[in-house]
Amino acid sequence: MATKQHKTTPVEKKLIGLADVVIAAAERSKDPTLEIPIRALSNVSFNARKGLIEMGSKKQARSFFNVGMAKKFMQTVLVADALSELQRAELTTSLREIYYRTKHTIQDSHENTFDTQDESDPVIEDLEVSLSALREELHVRAENSGSIVGPVVFGDDGDRVDCARLGKGGYSVPSIVEPEYLEIRRCTADFVLLVEKGTQWNRLSEDKFWRRYNCVLLTGNGQPPRGVRRLARRLHEEHRLPVYVLVDNDPWGYYIYSVIKQGSINLAFESQRMAIPKAKFIGLSSADPERYELPRNVGIKLNDKDIARAKELMNYEWFNKPAWQAEIKRMLTSGLKYELDALANKDFQYLTKKYLPRKLKEKDWLD
Amino acid sequence: MAKKQSTTSAITIPVTAKSESDSPVPKKAAKLASQVTAVEMGARQREISVAEFFTKNRHLLGFDNPRKALLTCVKEAVDNALDACEEAGILPDVTVRLDVVPTNGTVPPASQATRFRVTVTDNGPGIVRQQIPRIFAKLLYGSKFHRMRMSRGQQGIGISAAGMYGQLTTGKPVQIISRIGPKSAAHFFEVQIDTKKNEPLVHENKQIEWAQPRGTQVTLEVEGKYQKGRASVDEWLEQTSIANPHVKLTYHTPEGEAKGYPRTYHELPPSPREIKPHPYGIEFGMFLKMLQDTKSHSLSGFVASDFCRVSPQLADEMCKAAKVSAHTKPRDLKGSAAETFYRTIQDTKIMAPPTNCISPIGEKAILSGLYKQIKGEFYTAVSRPPAVYRGNPFIIEAGLAYGNRPEDQNKPKQPAVPKAEGEHEEEDSELARVIRYANRVPLLYQQSACSTFKAVLSTTWKNYGVTQSRGALPGGPMVIFVHMASVWVPFTSESKEAIADYDEIQKEITLALRECGRRLGLFLRRRERAASEYRRRNIFELYIEEVVEACNRLKGGTLPKEKLKAQLQKIATSRTGGLKTDEALGKTGGGPEGLPHSIIVTAEGVEGEVDLAHQVRAEAAASTLPGEPDLGGGESSKATETKTKGKQPVGVQKKEAKPSKGKASQMALFDAPNKPTKPHKPSTVSRPRGKT
Repeated sequence: MATKQHKTTPVEKKLIGLADVVIAAAERSKDPTLEIPIRALSNVSFNARKGLIEMGSKKQARSFFNVGMAKKFMQTVLVADALSELQRAELTTSLREIYYRTKHTIQDSHENTFDTQDESDPVIEDLEVSLSALREELHVRAENSGSIVGPVVFGDDGDRVDCARLGKGGYSVPSIVEPEYLEIRRCTADFVLLVEKGTQWNRLSEDKFWRRYNCVLLTGNGQPPRGVRRLARRLHEEHRLPVYVLVDNDPWGYYIYSVIKQGSINLAFESQRMAIPKAKFIGLSSADPERYELPRNVGIKLNDKDIARAKELMNYEWFNKPAWQAEIKRMLTSGLKYELDALANKDFQYLTKKYLPRKLKEKDWLD
Repeated sequence: MAKKQSTTSAITIPVTAKSESDSPVPKKAAKLASQVTAVEMGARQREISVAEFFTKNRHLLGFDNPRKALLTCVKEAVDNALDACEEAGILPDVTVRLDVVPTNGTVPPASQATRFRVTVTDNGPGIVRQQIPRIFAKLLYGSKFHRMRMSRGQQGIGISAAGMYGQLTTGKPVQIISRIGPKSAAHFFEVQIDTKKNEPLVHENKQIEWAQPRGTQVTLEVEGKYQKGRASVDEWLEQTSIANPHVKLTYHTPEGEAKGYPRTYHELPPSPREIKPHPYGIEFGMFLKMLQDTKSHSLSGFVASDFCRVSPQLADEMCKAAKVSAHTKPRDLKGSAAETFYRTIQDTKIMAPPTNCISPIGEKAILSGLYKQIKGEFYTAVSRPPAVYRGNPFIIEAGLAYGNRPEDQNKPKQPAVPKAEGEHEEEDSELARVIRYANRVPLLYQQSACSTFKAVLSTTWKNYGVTQSRGALPGGPMVIFVHMASVWVPFTSESKEAIADYDEIQKEITLALRECGRRLGLFLRRRERAASEYRRRNIFELYIEEVVEACNRLKGGTLPKEKLKAQLQKIATSRTGGLKTDEALGKTGGGPEGLPHSIIVTAEGVEGEVDLAHQVRAEAAASTLPGEPDLGGGESSKATETKTKGKQPVGVQKKEAKPSKGKASQMALFDAPNKPTKPHKPSTVSRPRGKT
């Protein structure tokens, strides 16, 4: 939609502000220092009223004249420069391209500004948080790794995309789905079903589950990327669709659900725009194997990492609900985890024909 | 019994106990046809000449394979040359020449040749004509075996064994040219060894014209194999030059290259003196024998005069403690009384044996040797005080050269190639090299059997900031030098390849290595500290450029860049400690504190024993020039010495003169009671040359 005209976007102003910090400090013979909010469990809190993970106010100072931080500081300024270049050129780019754009060998040395992408990615996240700008606003996109199918019509770069007429492949969710990039023209669905795994989404799409139950099928292939989360949130917010989350029955599945619902610890500052506090956990619950008579032999033994992660989850404030504590405890007691795919043990179409219909009918979900 | 008539000097090895007695023929044994009577056996029993014995057992002397044999020949000849020069007080000037001997009329390349002519020439005292044949063609003949005195050779086998090896493999005699002074004629000899009799056979004996005023030249033609690398002739000569910086060594390789190892230390090692045994080193049986053989008439006189470090008072005290009269005739002390007296002596606290029987290389000389041959950043050397094993005094010296010399680092510095992802600086996984010496002679074989090597392994190098895997040598660009000087180095075999593992020796080596390690640790820490400061400042200087450029682009290219850069640089300097850093970096020229006898080479220059280092450099530079000013042409040895001394930088000479004087006086004091008249200064009168 909107063709962006002008000279300086607000984000760009913020980026230039970084240069001003350096100049001002140098002027007063002070050590240039950036304040960067800490992205860790220690600096997030769960807002029970809003149902969101919120970032606290703890910040770390990143000073230039500190041997440990000098390089990070230099990298931060370089990335800010690259990002502001994007703003001026009105382009979007990937994390990897930012890495390549900012990588060079420092004059008269063997040293590279960045050695691997692992060094540049956190710097970008640092900038997102400290400038409180979303990644989309910084014009950095992730890979398109989500799919959507169902009775919804988008406008994308002026093209009309009717997700009900895209066969079983659906529409690939772009990583930036802000209204100015992706317009939701029409949506007649009753709810959104967000599936963890692409394989199960394919099953549902192939069986035209969305047509029968009039829903939007979304997947993020594992931990859903921002685009998928943001799109689910927009459908939920703008079209008042309830969101149901279908994940594997293991600690990672639980965490995917919690990220969709409350936001992540690492990017807590984005919860505001991403989280869907009313999302429901439809399955796979640790109660399901019994209820749906899944044989024990399709389970997988929990390994030490799984157990540790499950215990960690139980301590998160947002899992501190009786139903959830019971859910996780049940998994730990059984010592088994189940994949969604295990449902195929009963029938290839068990998920479409039996499991989900019954779940929806019984309103068997967790909040 | 048919005892073979042997020449008076041949050494006989009795085959059985029977053969040594002239006892009557034993009674007839049982007369079984298949059995051999003692008479018949006796008829077959005869003397074996040492020469014959070693012909068959040449591996015992280091002639196991052609490659090692070539090295052994060079080694024996050079050892003899050096021993002779040093004993005569002449700064050695030795030339080693390896020539490929043509086979079937063609000269094969050095790496494929099987026959070599080894020629070693020295500027030593020469050998009197009469002695030449016996020295070079008679085993176990020499000046060194019967003395308690440190020398390279010990038994008198080496050079004649080398000659015998040549004779055995090529049939060629040993050629010797020797001249004892400019006024005497040079003699040319061709000798072989009569292996049955262990007697020399002279093939040729004539007077010839020889360009050298004095010295000896030995030429051996032997079967051998020339191969560079580990345990090669080249390595041996290089290591010899490290431990003998007072030697000027010229080496003509079989490939036709001439390598010069300049003299960097212009003083002869103090001449070692003979000593009497130390009481702690005498076993009871030996003690009894000494009681019988002594010329003293009283017990106290005996202990005081036949042993070192026993004063008449101490002797009296010992007699008192053992409850024997000090006036007892030594010969009368027998049985349990003798044993009690022996125990008492062993329990008495006696000063360690004098060390002037040993001539350590000395810390300065080791430093200059290491500095000359090994390119490093840090050098240190430690001479331990003398210690004793089994009554033999010995001195352990250790040295260490560490790092890559800055100037060498600069050379291969390629233009900074930008590094791609996954590329890193290559880590050096090099292990330290241990170079071992016994009485200044490099030991190249059987490293792992050697006490020195074991001591290097058992030292915890990690404490000194060097990596070390379990049970392995320390890592890093490092050369560890260990020298044992003793009147009698306990080798594990006759071929003198490894030092036996006595606790006392091991302990001394360990202590010396620890001291070296401690100094290395100090150096490494200091360098690390300086480097981290340097890195700190460097980091900021590097990054300021980047930050300023990025800010400029952010501000749309309107920034006064130079101003911002200057401001930031000012902050950087004030934050990294300014002048203090310069000091830590050694830019202000402070010497190495707490690092005695060490040289530190940095990009800025040399610290520590700077005089020494400069001297070595000057020498190295001079050695490239033609002309050989050190060859004492027509002058007496003394003149040569003073001449070379005169050439030294004044500072060094002053420094060096003192300790050697001190040593001389100490020696005189010690020698006073028994041989006051023996001249210490070498005479120009030739002596029989020492043998291995």
